[in-house]
Amino acid sequence: MIDKLLKGAPRFYAWLGLLAFIIMIGAGAYLYQLLCGLSVTGLSRNVSWGMYIAQFTYLVGVAASAVMLVLPTYFHGFKPFRKMLILGEFMAIAAVIMCMLFITVDLGQPQRVLNVILHPTPHSVMFWDMLVLSGYLLLNLLVGWVGLECEQQGVEPPKWIKKLVYLSVIWAFSIHTVTAFLYAGIPGRHYWLTAIMAARFLASAFCSGPAILLLLALLLKRLTRFDPGKEAIRVLSIIIAYAMAINIFFYLLEVFTAFYSQIPGHMHPLAFLFSGHDGHGNWINGWMWLAAFLGLFSLVLLVTPSLRNNEKILPYALVMLVIATWIDKGLALLYAGFNPTMFDTYTNYVPSLTELAISLGVYAVGALIVSCLWKIALDVKKEAGTF
Amino acid sequence: MKRRQFLQAVMATAAVSLVPSLPLGAAPGRETFSEGSKALKAGRWAMVIDTRKMNDPRLQKKVIEACHSRHNVPDIEGPQEIKWIWTDSYDHTFPEQLNNYPAQTLTDRRFLLLCNHCENPPCVRVCPTQATFKRDDGIVVMDYHRCIGCRFCMAGCPYGARSFNFSDPQEYVKTPNPKFPMRMRGVVEKCTFCSEQLAKGELPYCVQASEGGILFGDLNDPASDVRKALLSAISIRRKPSLGTQPGVYYIL
Repeated sequence: MIDKLLKGAPRFYAWLGLLAFIIMIGAGAYLYQLLCGLSVTGLSRNVSWGMYIAQFTYLVGVAASAVMLVLPTYFHGFKPFRKMLILGEFMAIAAVIMCMLFITVDLGQPQRVLNVILHPTPHSVMFWDMLVLSGYLLLNLLVGWVGLECEQQGVEPPKWIKKLVYLSVIWAFSIHTVTAFLYAGIPGRHYWLTAIMAARFLASAFCSGPAILLLLALLLKRLTRFDPGKEAIRVLSIIIAYAMAINIFFYLLEVFTAFYSQIPGHMHPLAFLFSGHDGHGNWINGWMWLAAFLGLFSLVLLVTPSLRNNEKILPYALVMLVIATWIDKGLALLYAGFNPTMFDTYTNYVPSLTELAISLGVYAVGALIVSCLWKIALDVKKEAGTF
Repeated sequence: MKRRQFLQAVMATAAVSLVPSLPLGAAPGRETFSEGSKALKAGRWAMVIDTRKMNDPRLQKKVIEACHSRHNVPDIEGPQEIKWIWTDSYDHTFPEQLNNYPAQTLTDRRFLLLCNHCENPPCVRVCPTQATFKRDDGIVVMDYHRCIGCRFCMAGCPYGARSFNFSDPQEYVKTPNPKFPMRMRGVVEKCTFCSEQLAKGELPYCVQASEGGILFGDLNDPASDVRKALLSAISIRRKPSLGTQPGVYYIL
């Protein structure tokens, strides 16, 4: 099936070329970071994780989101998602690979990364995260690839694949739960030390991931005339609306507990995000208000049936949702975990240009993988008459 | 030659050629390490800092200098600094002791901060490679050669005791001490309660330099200096509510 990559329109190769160019810039930036150490990042003793780990966290959610297509299809026999199932599975592959890359570029000694396997440590959540992420990658590779091959041959997928699909549904929940446990089990970091973290992660994943998938699917419709189907779009946007409602609800629960209890440790990180500290604003404040506005506005658009079902408005609602959830998880989560610091002080963190270039490079790798895998999937579908 | 025979031959050759090439003692077992006869031993090492005596800036500087110079702690300015022992104000050292009107003797004082060598250390719990681990005598130490630099321990430590080598430390150590290993870029480091000194039968450098302001001893021994000091004065620990059981006590 890989041969499908060899026959494509010039604009497909131009797109890959652009991505390769961005990847080269990212690789150059990473080389620079390898030579100089993480001193070229905006990280510090007090804010010791930043852009990279935040993107990792966000993308675990994107990876887990494929389950929002797989679960209705396999657990409820909902047929309309069948056509775009493969897109979700292939996007999950790209997302997990990006996760792994973001972890790797964050390491101080990346060449020692196999120590995690050489010295397995069950009491560390990171060990489990490594296990569930690689397992999820393998599951999606198998399920996606074998499924597509069967589609090409015009045969039913083998029985064992179906078992793996069921496993992958549970597995998807596990990857984001375990990732939340990285944070939720740390004593002394109030913004993270909350039992609802995993639930919040899942809610945010199940709205943002499918939103990205749906946006890309709508883009495909324009570019290749691949139509996911009206019913699929309709139901997926309902799922996104529900997940976003739960996501915002969970966030407000955090706000209530912090501000009704009036416990300083619980209030301070939230206050820092929205208004800075001790009369000093912080660059994150504007982003947070933007996220709050976009999040609520996108929810209004998504819960109103006439607006949600309008294909002209839907993409805008989805873009707003993606930006809002990205700010929450891809910027604020880490920053407010480290502020206030362990000394009840505040330390500014701004990602450096190197960090941004490397992050962009990793995202380009993900885009490259998605582009290639989706190209294969669509060409196979064209041949098999399931386009 | 059949396939199976061929494979057997290959395996046998590989085994024979591999075995002698492994240097003896490349991977020492638990038993091969033995401490010197003079080594100081304890059930639970702990430190008591008498903040009344240790409030002198000259003494604090001397203590920090003694530690940092012997342990090749790089002198880096700014937010990417590295420190094993340092001073801070009352508010920052004990942020949970919320008191709008604390005694001036407390607000005037500077407090020494270092790794607490917790009985229940979160850094050890989160480390994915066991590069940081707790010894039987309660000291939390690090294997700098195993650390992958993921900095999970820095997120996990509630005391901000850990520093990361964002850049190559060698450039920032003016007069290296050849007797103590220099760290490398990309690993985390922190206070070791001078485990290397204890192995030689000597007290930690900061304790030696403290002119009696810092006590060090076995918490399990009721007759030890630390236990006697804790009995006779009011002491507090940093963030005790987190259940980490810090091994550093502050006499107020």
